[in-house]
Amino acid sequence: MNVYLKLIWAYLKIGLFGFGGGYAMLSLIQSEVVGRGWITGTMFTDIVAISQMTPGPIGINSATYIGYVIAGGVWGSVVATLAVVLPPFVLVLLASRYIGHHQDSAFIRGAFTGLRPVVVGLIASAALLLINSENFGYEPGERCITVAIAVVSFVAVYFIKVHPIAVIVLAGFAGWLLF
Amino acid sequence: MKLYIDLFLTFVRIGVFTFGGGWAMLALIEREVVERHSWIERSDFLDLLAMAQSMPGILAVNISTVIGDRLAGVRGSVVAALGTILPSFIIILLIAMFLTPDVIKNNETLTAIFRGIRPAVVALIVAPVLTTARSAGITWRTVIIPVAVATLIYSGMPVVSNPIVYIALGAAGGYICYTHSMPTREDGTR
Repeated sequence: MNVYLKLIWAYLKIGLFGFGGGYAMLSLIQSEVVGRGWITGTMFTDIVAISQMTPGPIGINSATYIGYVIAGGVWGSVVATLAVVLPPFVLVLLASRYIGHHQDSAFIRGAFTGLRPVVVGLIASAALLLINSENFGYEPGERCITVAIAVVSFVAVYFIKVHPIAVIVLAGFAGWLLF
Repeated sequence: MKLYIDLFLTFVRIGVFTFGGGWAMLALIEREVVERHSWIERSDFLDLLAMAQSMPGILAVNISTVIGDRLAGVRGSVVAALGTILPSFIIILLIAMFLTPDVIKNNETLTAIFRGIRPAVVALIVAPVLTTARSAGITWRTVIIPVAVATLIYSGMPVVSNPIVYIALGAAGGYICYTHSMPTREDGTR
């Protein structure tokens, strides 16, 4: 299949099934893009880092970056970015015109109750898939440092509520000093 | 025409100044749309937000779509959605052009920086697992659902490692449980 068609198909799916916000979407992006071997695991992690540090949602950022890499040019970015927003764009327009304020309907309320625990699992799967040698290094010496960075970052962001951008900047600084 | 330009520029501004997407964007959207331009009443905004949240996709794009539509029809929604997308599109495109994986690999400083950043990114994704688990009210009885979902996706086996399976199952299962176990009254209260 043509590379543009593949990109469109992958990102239409990511847009259509992207429930639960950016972090939950990571799991879909992983399965559609990393799972197919389009990009390496490290590249995916780097895209997440770049996304956190630049404005805009991760869904858009990943589509723009990966589209460029896969198709080797600007058109890949355009196509992937439009594909990820098209399904929700159409659904939102239809819903706002024809369903109106019936978002309290049993269908939507029930569906979301069921989705909530799934979203937790989706984010957990994204995290699990990233715990690998590509991100933590191959040698024991490097692993000690990377695990320490991960633990400190976790404490900083979860308990002390440090802003994610600050955590990434500090981790990058630590990498520059230690490696 | 002026409304289209206003809409576009407003959402470009929202796109430029929000890092991290989603919830961070909402406060700014509300300020611009409700307070600064008085395009929409606050209560209306909350209704539109609830609707945008119940749809898949990127929340910030969804809410700009619905606000654009409310103000200027389909053309308004296209203008607002493109405005939201454009800043991050341009920034990431520039990064993709100049900060390619090869550039990172061939530059010692960048390699070292990214080796430090990657484990931090993992921590940034572990944290929302716990926060969403808490806000979803996961108990020792229901923890089996996220654990099973995560394990099966992680397994990499065909079909069962596809997240779409669990999104469909979760939505369908939730709907069935909800309609069968808790009959709702006409006014939607339990």
